[in-house]
Amino acid sequence: MTQATVAQGAKDATPYFDDVIQKFVLAATFWGIVGFLAGDFIAWQLAFPALNLDLEWTSFGRVRPVHTSAVVFAFGGNVLFATSLYIVQRTSRASLWGGRALGNFIFWGYQLFIVMAASGYVMGITQGKEYAEPEWYTDLWLTVVWVAYLLTFVGTLYKRKEPHIYVANWFFLAMIITIAMLHIGNNLAVPIALFGGTWWKSYEIYSGVQDAMTQWWYGHNAVGFFLTAGFLGIMYYFVPKRAERPVYSYRLSIVHFWALIFLYIWAGPHHLHYTALPDWAQTLGMTFSVMLWMPSWGGMINGLMTLSGAWDKLRTDPVMRFLVTSVAFYGMSTFEGPMMSIKAVNSLSHYTDWGIGHVHSGSLGWVAFVSFGALYCLVPTLWKRKQLYSMRLVSYHFWISTVGIVLYITAMWISGVMQGLMWRAYDSMGFLQYSFVETVAAMHPYYIIRATGGVLFLTGGLIMAYNFYRTIKGDVRTEVPYETPVAAAARG
Amino acid sequence: MATNTEKDTVSGQYTTGHEWDGIKELNTPLPRWWVWVFYITIVWAVGYWVVYPSWPTMNGYWAGTFGWHSRTQVVQDLEQAQAAKGVYLSKLKDASLEDIIKDKDLLNFALAGGRSVFNENCAACHGVGGVGAYGFPNLADDQWLWGGTLDDIKTTITYGIRNTNPNSRQSEMPAFGGGDKLNDAQLNDLAEYVLSLSKNGTDPAAAERGRAIFSSNGCDGCHGETGEGNQAVGAPALAAGMWLYKAKEVKAQKAQIISQIQNPKGGVMPSWADRGLDDATIKELAVYVHSLGGGK
Repeated sequence: MTQATVAQGAKDATPYFDDVIQKFVLAATFWGIVGFLAGDFIAWQLAFPALNLDLEWTSFGRVRPVHTSAVVFAFGGNVLFATSLYIVQRTSRASLWGGRALGNFIFWGYQLFIVMAASGYVMGITQGKEYAEPEWYTDLWLTVVWVAYLLTFVGTLYKRKEPHIYVANWFFLAMIITIAMLHIGNNLAVPIALFGGTWWKSYEIYSGVQDAMTQWWYGHNAVGFFLTAGFLGIMYYFVPKRAERPVYSYRLSIVHFWALIFLYIWAGPHHLHYTALPDWAQTLGMTFSVMLWMPSWGGMINGLMTLSGAWDKLRTDPVMRFLVTSVAFYGMSTFEGPMMSIKAVNSLSHYTDWGIGHVHSGSLGWVAFVSFGALYCLVPTLWKRKQLYSMRLVSYHFWISTVGIVLYITAMWISGVMQGLMWRAYDSMGFLQYSFVETVAAMHPYYIIRATGGVLFLTGGLIMAYNFYRTIKGDVRTEVPYETPVAAAARG
Repeated sequence: MATNTEKDTVSGQYTTGHEWDGIKELNTPLPRWWVWVFYITIVWAVGYWVVYPSWPTMNGYWAGTFGWHSRTQVVQDLEQAQAAKGVYLSKLKDASLEDIIKDKDLLNFALAGGRSVFNENCAACHGVGGVGAYGFPNLADDQWLWGGTLDDIKTTITYGIRNTNPNSRQSEMPAFGGGDKLNDAQLNDLAEYVLSLSKNGTDPAAAERGRAIFSSNGCDGCHGETGEGNQAVGAPALAAGMWLYKAKEVKAQKAQIISQIQNPKGGVMPSWADRGLDDATIKELAVYVHSLGGGK
């Protein structure tokens, strides 16, 4: 697939650089499995600490950032590159600005970034900032790659043959620009030695509570722009495309886009409730988070209501199930988030497993499911196959992963609330009821349930990878179709 | 572009007239409930800003009409928590350890507090309930290294063992054996004698030879002639057969005894006064530990 391919049904013969997209799709599948595996490994470590293996490289503290970076940046990032560069070409009727060369530079440059970051973590090289662990040299390299991405994306939009910019591209562009700002803002650091010695080590220019605030301004908006805005871009293309229905409301898309962009950037301080952060900043973080509820739900409404007139597809198209379920999880976690930002709730939920449960209902249910849906759409198209190898396998993937998510998040909700309540329990004499170690012991069964959910989620990922392999190979599985030929013909 | 608008038969809405890669958009108005809930959250936020600390100003920040501050809140919460303990806590501060265990209500209070503090600070080594662990004394039996009276326990908790506090309990077992002091045969005989003190010996003849080595090296100076131990110097009662470093099998026990003779270990316990526990809390702890089963 070295030649630029010509779009099917495009109004003119615009060459799309789909071979670059193919690479991102394969990388996303690979890193997804690596990330799920790392996550499940550390989940079992929490239940059975002996699995740390008494080796520094395999200890929880080092593998945990490997997991988070692998799923967020390696899996999520490659999905975003694949979908955004696919969508911007088609909705602009323009080939990638910078051509195949720049596209390949972004691909290989980004994979290099991932390897540099992850290999550093296991060797103990870290800034110690959550989701911003890579040291200064890796950060600089990512900046170069990201600027190339921005140029490609904006350049392609600039070349577009459509009079208007499609809503998905607003979200992608907001993501690219904001992530650039967050990445640079949060990683301003000074290396302690440039030649010899510990050249890789640097110190942040911020200190104390300023550092904490900058970190969570970054951390929360990495969720908001990388994992929300970017993936809403995916939703805005693949849901109407797969449902073959028009987007529910153009007006809603404008209002919720700008409201989301404006409000999200303020919400970071809710990660620092009841800390040294000044009260006024905590108030702003909390109130902006609550105001963010409806703007977030605008995306859910537009996603679900686009299905009007096409709900039957949930029965006949397992790929549609992934997309719709992802939007439902999105709605659930964007309600839970503002609720947890309220100080009274946060005083119970903060530092407990409830936070982990919340993050995973968003990341497994929303981010990963919408990614799976998009990848299942992309693979047959990019490799010019009539259909996926097996729709039954897509359905197995869907149900196995859904059960996995439910086990995961319910276990974490229960253990999180239990942990929070045990921490604050007093006996009738006014003394703390439980010691910390008693709360840890009480969480053990939930850790096992959570890790079991992780096994199911990983299994689903492996089924997907196998389905892709057979699809790309050109195989079609003999199986009973979800839609009878008669029904398909009647539908037209 | 608006000239291309068309009516969607399912929803009855018109499209905007734009199309991207086959995707069209409807011009459906904003859902009314969505707009209203959004407005309500905004009004609520503005109200919250008025009454609580919120926006920064040129020379500080808006403090809010409630005058609420998280620092004041913490102080109030702590005062309330202290007040809840109220009478008992003030009684406990002045009471002697003996007074505490005589007053049923005060004892209940001290045991509740002691359990809480013990689980948070002591259980990591001594185990929940004071059951001990390999290398860490069991506090629930009636064997004591440094004494099991209320006062002994309080002193141990306050100053600790073999640490840098000047009042810390101190003792060090000298190393025997190695070099020309004791040879392997003598070490074996001595270990057999120590085992025989708790009636675990395997070789009576060797034990008999070991008895002479035991006294000629001055072991009895601390451990006593019959291995009864000496709590003044923290010397374990060898006859009790309850040792800190004790394997399950007699053979391994013998190896451990030889190891202890050659390279003695001595546990360290921190001074909990130095760690920041106040006198009343240490009293609660002492009463609690005393109650675990072995208090003298």
